Amino acid sequence: MKVTLQNLTKKFPARGKKSQGEVIAVNHFDFVIPDGKLIGLLGPSGCGKSTALNLLCGLLKPTEGRIFFGDEDVTDLPPEKREVGMVFQNYALYPHLTVMQNILFPLQNLKGAQKLSKAEMDQRARDAAKLVQIGELMDRKPGELSGGQQQRVAIARALVKMPRILLMDEPLSNLDARLRLQTREEIRRIQRKTQITTVFVTHDQEEAMSISDLIVVMKDGVVQQIGKPQEVYDDPHNLFVASFLGTPPINLFHGRIESGRVYVGDVPILEQPALPDQEITVGVRPEGFVPKEDGAFGCTLKGVEVMGRDVSVVFTHPACVAAAGRAIVSAQSQLPSGQNQVRFDFIPEKIRLFHGITEERIR
Amino acid sequence: MEKKSVKAWLYLLPAMLFLGIFLIYPLVDVFVYSFEENYNFASQSYTGTGLFNYSYVLRDPYFLQALKNTFLLVVITVPLSTGLALLISVGLSSIKPLRELYQTVFFLPYVTNTLAVGLVFMILFKRTPYSDGFVNLLLSLFHAGPVDFIDGPYGAKMLVLCLYTIWVVMPFKILILTSALASVNQTYYNAAKIDGTSGLRIFFRITLPMISPSLVYLIITGFIGAFKAYSDAVALFGTNLNAAGMNTIVGYVYDMLYGNSGGYPSYASAAAILLFAIVLTITCINLLVSRKHVHYIS
Repeated sequence: MKVTLQNLTKKFPARGKKSQGEVIAVNHFDFVIPDGKLIGLLGPSGCGKSTALNLLCGLLKPTEGRIFFGDEDVTDLPPEKREVGMVFQNYALYPHLTVMQNILFPLQNLKGAQKLSKAEMDQRARDAAKLVQIGELMDRKPGELSGGQQQRVAIARALVKMPRILLMDEPLSNLDARLRLQTREEIRRIQRKTQITTVFVTHDQEEAMSISDLIVVMKDGVVQQIGKPQEVYDDPHNLFVASFLGTPPINLFHGRIESGRVYVGDVPILEQPALPDQEITVGVRPEGFVPKEDGAFGCTLKGVEVMGRDVSVVFTHPACVAAAGRAIVSAQSQLPSGQNQVRFDFIPEKIRLFHGITEERIR
Repeated sequence: MEKKSVKAWLYLLPAMLFLGIFLIYPLVDVFVYSFEENYNFASQSYTGTGLFNYSYVLRDPYFLQALKNTFLLVVITVPLSTGLALLISVGLSSIKPLRELYQTVFFLPYVTNTLAVGLVFMILFKRTPYSDGFVNLLLSLFHAGPVDFIDGPYGAKMLVLCLYTIWVVMPFKILILTSALASVNQTYYNAAKIDGTSGLRIFFRITLPMISPSLVYLIITGFIGAFKAYSDAVALFGTNLNAAGMNTIVGYVYDMLYGNSGGYPSYASAAAILLFAIVLTITCINLLVSRKHVHYIS
């Protein structure tokens, strides 16, 4: 099911006696979620991701704008008529019902023409359970399951009524790191298999990057960029997107363009003859550093962290925006030992330039 | 380990002493009295031992009347007050404007003095030389009555007693249930809503099981409280409850000890032990039944 958001806006009245006006949680969203894709809504906490999800499922009414499922305008439909499945952050499994009863619950709500016989319901529930591989847990209560198992039950319950779209609100945030990796693969597999258009909210960029077909990066209720994860990573539209995506994050330096040359401090690092003189922020991905004895860019070495395949070099530099920068270099590279100075060359393709004030990308 | 347990006993000692002297010892004592015929406090003497006290009490028409009154009170007020409190709590939880005001209003009877409530009921129900009472005034609008609710037929008196009891016990139940309802996580309701669950089904399949521990607590304490009813009847019908035919078991025990027919600790003890046995049995049944239907969420 293709989902279209048209000019979608949600405003909340500001809280507290003194504060006035309103908070715009979702600000003029205008994009299309293609059929059968997995979309990651990505942004820091409080950026309006969950509000957007609640608008999609109908728990919240938009202040402005329309939502279409396919060609049908669902903006004014209540949640129960939208035929969406939702996986909540805390799973919201009914603790007094068994796994089977939990999965059956949405089916037992069906009325009229949609009503199923008991045998059909049973079959559907068992199919859903099989899909998420919890077939042997049907008689347990949620309290007797691990976090990962509860997650699967929640997904089965959301899928059993064959929703038009599947919504997931931070589905992995309650799992430990290892389980998170497994479960996100699992979500990917289930989504591919069922081909249900899925919207998935997260603040974890790695999570979003790893399983989404498309990511929507949000900040303060405004969509910053939409695209395939790798494209957004490689080609960020602005400083926020560049610094939000990637671990370790991009290194930012105060810089300037002077007569067609990009400087960080006094070091010219890039030729940009077409660009006018201006103050800029220079972003260099951690993998954009090449240690070299006669490298142009000298900085103070703070530490070296060996992580198997790679080595992470922590350095400081007067032009660095953050307290310290981090470069990822391969373990084979020659690092000066016993010195507190390290010199790098930059890989030009890993350098991004941003306007000093607007923070927009300079190309 | 040894040292630790000594310490533990030391900490428990004040409570154990207190409970031992004022609860366990009297309980045992009452149990003993109930088998001693014609026990006399002053001379500390008795004339024989056996089940005589029980057979006397069980044949005493006043006791049987008290037993009937108490059972009626329990059977009528516990389900009604709990059910009404549940309805009101659900109502309170689903409204937004003025919720605090309503909560306060519904809680007021709890902080109001029993005798003040009794006074209000007198104004409502009691016939005086000047007025037939407010309720009779209302009844007369429908060309019914007047009914003497305080000194009249048994049914009318029982009705007033039940109304009074329900009125007095409900605020506490509303308090407990509204907080139980408030503690149900909103996401369960959101999940149910998205799945198209009807309001009635949400109530019976989600809300009710979620608040069942509080509900069972209220039912069990409600049963015990109603079996121990006494002051309510006194507030309405005065101290001579036997004459009014509105005595309760606790009232009967009191009368046997101190009332006009008082001075019979043996009979009082037997009646008290009978009440104890009844309450114990009912509570055990309650616990057994509720075990199947209550969902404690760890």
